[in-house]
Amino acid sequence: MEAREELLKQIMEVDFMIKDLNLYLNTHPCSQKGIQLFNDFQKKSKKLREIYSENYGPLTIEDNLGNETWEWIKSPWPWERMV
Amino acid sequence: MGGPDGELAASLRYLSQRYSMPTDRAKATLNDIGTEELAHLEIVGTIVSQLTRGIDPKTLEELGLGAYYTDHGSGVYPQAAAGWPFNAAVLAVKGDPIADLTEDLAAEQKARATYEHLIDIIDDPDVLDPLKFLRQREIVHFQRFGEALRNIQEKLAEKKCYINNEIITNNNMSKDNCPNNKCR
Repeated sequence: MEAREELLKQIMEVDFMIKDLNLYLNTHPCSQKGIQLFNDFQKKSKKLREIYSENYGPLTIEDNLGNETWEWIKSPWPWERMV
Repeated sequence: MGGPDGELAASLRYLSQRYSMPTDRAKATLNDIGTEELAHLEIVGTIVSQLTRGIDPKTLEELGLGAYYTDHGSGVYPQAAAGWPFNAAVLAVKGDPIADLTEDLAAEQKARATYEHLIDIIDDPDVLDPLKFLRQREIVHFQRFGEALRNIQEKLAEKKCYINNEIITNNNMSKDNCPNNKCR
């Protein structure tokens, strides 16, 4: 697998944990273990997203790269095959 | 994706119902599952788009997609498997948290059953894997909605506890003396 795809897969895995813990904590807000796991995965996601956007472009519009060019509209979009 | 148990209906159902939820847990649950369903709408739309891309119109017609091609070309249109365009009549907003959350529990089970019907008739592994994932998410959502509903029912059943600020100050108490304010 290409490095970019591999990194994106890692981000999706970590972000899936964040989403699942998000839903769990909504109905279990007193779970200290859940909150700790959520914080850990959020840190991991932030690191991976930084590496991704520095190398391959923004994942969200908040990934401001300080570029002179408008990186946001560059393909691929999530529904497109990565070629 | 645009059918009665599809991702668009699910998303609009929860995002519309969230305004009348009485507890923090239920508000957050509907908000966050509603947005997750929008991501699922993108997944299903992507599957349709990638499966039909580059197929010539004659082949589409032979596959039974001639009518779809006539109306939508290679576009992705939110409609039911049977061809009906998306219709908000497939969802309800009752303004009553018990009624709405009970509908949501049924909606998740119907979505699970629909994915199982799709899995029964599909053998392409690249399509099966995301459908299995989406099916599993409906089960998790069912669980979370059940917890949100139970939380509301417990809140309605519990004894009310009122403490005013003067009593707290004069008796050196904290708001935590009121059980409603404790995290539990």
